[in-house]
Amino acid sequence: MLASSRLPLRALAVAIATVALNAVELPMRALQRLLGVPRIGWVFVTPNLVVLGLFTFLPIVIDFYYAFTGGVQLDLRARPFTGWENLQTLFECGSYLDPSTCRKDLFWRAVHNTAWFALLQVGLMVVLSLVTALVLNRKILGRGFFRGVFFYPVLLSPVVVALIWKWILQREGLLNAMLHSAGIAGPVWLNEPGWAFSWSVFVSIWAHMGFYTLILLAGLQAIPADLYEAAEMDSASPWRRFYRITLPLLMPNLLVVLVLAVIRAVQMFDEIFVLTGGGPGSATLFIVQFIYQTAFAESIRLYGLAAAASLVLATTLLALTVVQLRISRQGLSGKAGRDDG
Amino acid sequence: MMFAHARACAFLGAALTGAFAVHASAAEIRVACYSDGNECEVTQELAKRFETQNPDVRIAIDKVPYKAITEQLPVQLAAGEGPDIARVTDLGGLSKYYLDITPYVKDPKYWEANFGQTLKWLRPTPTDKGIYGMMTQLTVTGPFVNKTLFEQAKVPLPGANATWGDWAAATRKVAKATEVPFAMAFDRSGHRFAGVAISQGAKIFDAKGNLTIDDGFKATAKRFYDWNRDATMPKEIWGGVGGSSYRDAFEEFANARVVLYLSGSWQINRMDKQIGTNFDWIAVPNPCGPAACTGVPGGAAFVALKRTKNPKDVGRFLDFLASEPVYAEYMAKTENIPAHAGLSKKGIDYKVSPQANAALKVFVGDVAKLSPIAYEIQGYKYNRALFNSTTTRLGQAIAGEMSLDDAVKRIAADIDEQVKAAGK
Amino acid sequence: MVDLVRMLAGTRGHRRLDWTDWLSYAYLLLGLVLMFGPVLWLVLSSFKSAAALNEFPPRLLPYGQASVTVPGHPGPLPLFRVKLPDGSTRQLAELRRIGIQATMIDPERPEEEFKVNIRDRERVRAFHLALENYTEIFGKFAFGRFLWNSVFITVVATLITLLFNAMAAFALSKYRFEGQKWVFLLIISTLMIPPTIILVPNFLVVSKLSLLNSLWGVIWPAVATPTGVFLLRQYMLTIPDELIDAARMDHASEWRIFWRIVMPLSAPALAVLAIFSVIWRWNDFLWPLVVLSRTENFTLQLALNSFQGELTTQWNYLLAMTVLTLFPVTIVFAFLQRYITAGIASAGVK
Repeated sequence: MLASSRLPLRALAVAIATVALNAVELPMRALQRLLGVPRIGWVFVTPNLVVLGLFTFLPIVIDFYYAFTGGVQLDLRARPFTGWENLQTLFECGSYLDPSTCRKDLFWRAVHNTAWFALLQVGLMVVLSLVTALVLNRKILGRGFFRGVFFYPVLLSPVVVALIWKWILQREGLLNAMLHSAGIAGPVWLNEPGWAFSWSVFVSIWAHMGFYTLILLAGLQAIPADLYEAAEMDSASPWRRFYRITLPLLMPNLLVVLVLAVIRAVQMFDEIFVLTGGGPGSATLFIVQFIYQTAFAESIRLYGLAAAASLVLATTLLALTVVQLRISRQGLSGKAGRDDG
Repeated sequence: MMFAHARACAFLGAALTGAFAVHASAAEIRVACYSDGNECEVTQELAKRFETQNPDVRIAIDKVPYKAITEQLPVQLAAGEGPDIARVTDLGGLSKYYLDITPYVKDPKYWEANFGQTLKWLRPTPTDKGIYGMMTQLTVTGPFVNKTLFEQAKVPLPGANATWGDWAAATRKVAKATEVPFAMAFDRSGHRFAGVAISQGAKIFDAKGNLTIDDGFKATAKRFYDWNRDATMPKEIWGGVGGSSYRDAFEEFANARVVLYLSGSWQINRMDKQIGTNFDWIAVPNPCGPAACTGVPGGAAFVALKRTKNPKDVGRFLDFLASEPVYAEYMAKTENIPAHAGLSKKGIDYKVSPQANAALKVFVGDVAKLSPIAYEIQGYKYNRALFNSTTTRLGQAIAGEMSLDDAVKRIAADIDEQVKAAGK
Repeated sequence: MVDLVRMLAGTRGHRRLDWTDWLSYAYLLLGLVLMFGPVLWLVLSSFKSAAALNEFPPRLLPYGQASVTVPGHPGPLPLFRVKLPDGSTRQLAELRRIGIQATMIDPERPEEEFKVNIRDRERVRAFHLALENYTEIFGKFAFGRFLWNSVFITVVATLITLLFNAMAAFALSKYRFEGQKWVFLLIISTLMIPPTIILVPNFLVVSKLSLLNSLWGVIWPAVATPTGVFLLRQYMLTIPDELIDAARMDHASEWRIFWRIVMPLSAPALAVLAIFSVIWRWNDFLWPLVVLSRTENFTLQLALNSFQGELTTQWNYLLAMTVLTLFPVTIVFAFLQRYITAGIASAGVK
């Protein structure tokens, strides 16, 4: 029933597409005559650039403007110029290592939380992804199935992920029920600062590790099998094989995964926001949530401060991306002669 | 197959026209509404009646969650977008977006006579005399108590002039006897806390009319902190979430996990529906402190917004809602306390359960005992600076993140910063 | 193919599985439980009634509490097995419970009331699928509307994304023009600009374009994905230039070349990008939250979140909604898992 109703729809879609495309061709030919072949590339790239310009680059510029102005107005013209004041407020601290000595203690708590989170989450996740990739690389039945198993949570939306785990971690949720049957009284997990943080790390690992597992798995599978056979003939131990063959050849992928994961961890927001809302207190408050809170959740909105914090975050991410590009370029040169596509 | 094809095309066509729908020629007014209980449903009912009486106007009620009003509406308004009328609680904070409907109402004197006290809350400056909207309720904060638990524990209810200390002691006894985990709970809101603080002697405003954190406030904070830490109160309400996010303790009370619940009169409808006769829930007069026995008044108002393209119709609709018979019906159906002076005197014929009726009577009685400071803080433009910082910082202290002294210092610093920025 | 042979050869070679194999299987089984278990628990819980959800410890399957309708009392009353002070056990229906005391009646003789301590009673259970969790949300909740919004945004955004990204990738892979390197770097650099950093200014831009509150306001900012450009460019680099040169010699316009040659040849990469885009747009949360404020324009994710805010403790409805929201993605996953995972693998090996 469905298939038969799709056919005329498909014909309709194809018809529309052909007409539209042929219509576009005329002006394109004209432009081609005007600009010549290499420069026609500009026309192809323009739609993407326009969208990026309007919705990414222009806002960045406006963000700077917000950061250097004060007041609570959204309208740019109504904002008084305050210069470095916002950034100075942000960085006013007795000691950067102790948020409680800072004027914007919540910002610095967020910075510390994010730093620890990035460290722990990425560290654990990369190790787990590597282990999983190694296991999946073996000759086992149902390998494709298991590969999908680890990848499934990656597809779920952050809201869904957070709600699933929130449900399990309730005072009378599944986890506490299982502990109860073992005679242990579980706490209200998400209401204890230490536990809330640990669970944030766990949940985000759960939701993302499948992605990195796949990347590492692809890297492992690209290692030529004859290297291993040669090693076996030299009766090298499995550990030696790993250390001497797998690790060095996988290093480019590992580094890429590492940096990608850190960049993502630093930007963590959606699932943690729904899971804990930054609480208890500010135990799971991360930078992006601080920005969101300052600009949206407070009744008196300090857009300038939020923008200043955004710039700090952007600088961090810029540094990390540069690192990542350097690494992947090095990695590429080390993989000369390998077929990737 | 032909039928399926036709159906598919029809669906596609309908969807496309739906996406680009042109509205009917009637003027449309959009109302962003959130419900405490059933306010938006009743509003919709009344709006339909208005539409039949005025066929040239269409009223669209957008039912949104409270969060959308507090978080999204201000940003929309700042960007020049938003509805024509909104039901808001941050009365002073959004006042720069309000529209003066004095030229569009039939009798401005009627408004002044009956809504005078609360019209002040909506005005951007103290000397302004405009009519910017209509209070859909007068709310008062105050405690609800589980009387059945008191009876089971055989503990007498404290009297009308009992202090917070008396109530704390009594509820602790009851909780122990009936194996209820906690004695008291407050909603996670600086607004609730303020009433207690004012009763305990906090002056909230200094001589110049600026917000100040004085000894009365600090003493209340300490008491509240101690109650949370010694399990008189469940610390996960205030300490379990972050920032200034609102969280009520209604479910704890409804599930009889708490003996006394400080909330307010807007919960009566919900109590009636969810608790009903499961146990005897009663409202009690606000407990006393050395300075007063007060709660904080408040309420949500339908405000007219400057950006509307149909100011005349907005004025007409609000006039309709504010007219005595309609307003009386509105109050009766939503079980709210009227902000209408005439109706307050006459009384509303609430068709509610005897429990709700009794509770409403207690709250109406509380209105008379409201401290002038409480009125002032409700009408103060930057009261959110006080309420939100109190919630955030005390929440952090209760969660064990900082000491109480630090928290109090931070509250003062936060207020300073926000008021300064808002004043620019 | 070679892998398959090797695998079969491998198992045939080993007479028995050694301990590393057992360990691997154990690890994978643990992974299965941890990855699928929570979702399964969600689904099971969504079929329990509100009362059953309040039970602790919870049961695995949806066991509702058995209830009985007693004449003279509105609504069914929960059934309990009660130990009476005289030592006998009876099945009684509970009228209400406060603190440690419950008031119960015998369904057959409803006039007689018993005051029972909660310790002396236990629930009578019956298997019960609370399907009303699913049906009631359709009534209270314009599910069809939200579904349409999510589908519209996802489909339209994906189509536009494919077109714009393919065009840009084509330009960056098959041409050499002035400033090309900078364009590429520019596009890639946006990877490090998370939407939240530019939330407020973006909101300003969108509102000035009169796209606020419209589904298009959600679609347009999302279509120029740098990952998509990168992915497609990588793939297009492998298309032999000779094909294009040959077409040029046949006087085909560049647009024709793009549309008739490059696009069809890039179909695998396009498919991968399409799947990604569908998943990204379906799961989008923060940006739609800011742009869409009229309830009728909400996507499923927004509706779920707002539902959570209003009814934090009505978990039975919330769970049902969550299950329905993750259902389409699960279907996509079940059928297209192979392509998705292959796509990421190929993108990862840069």
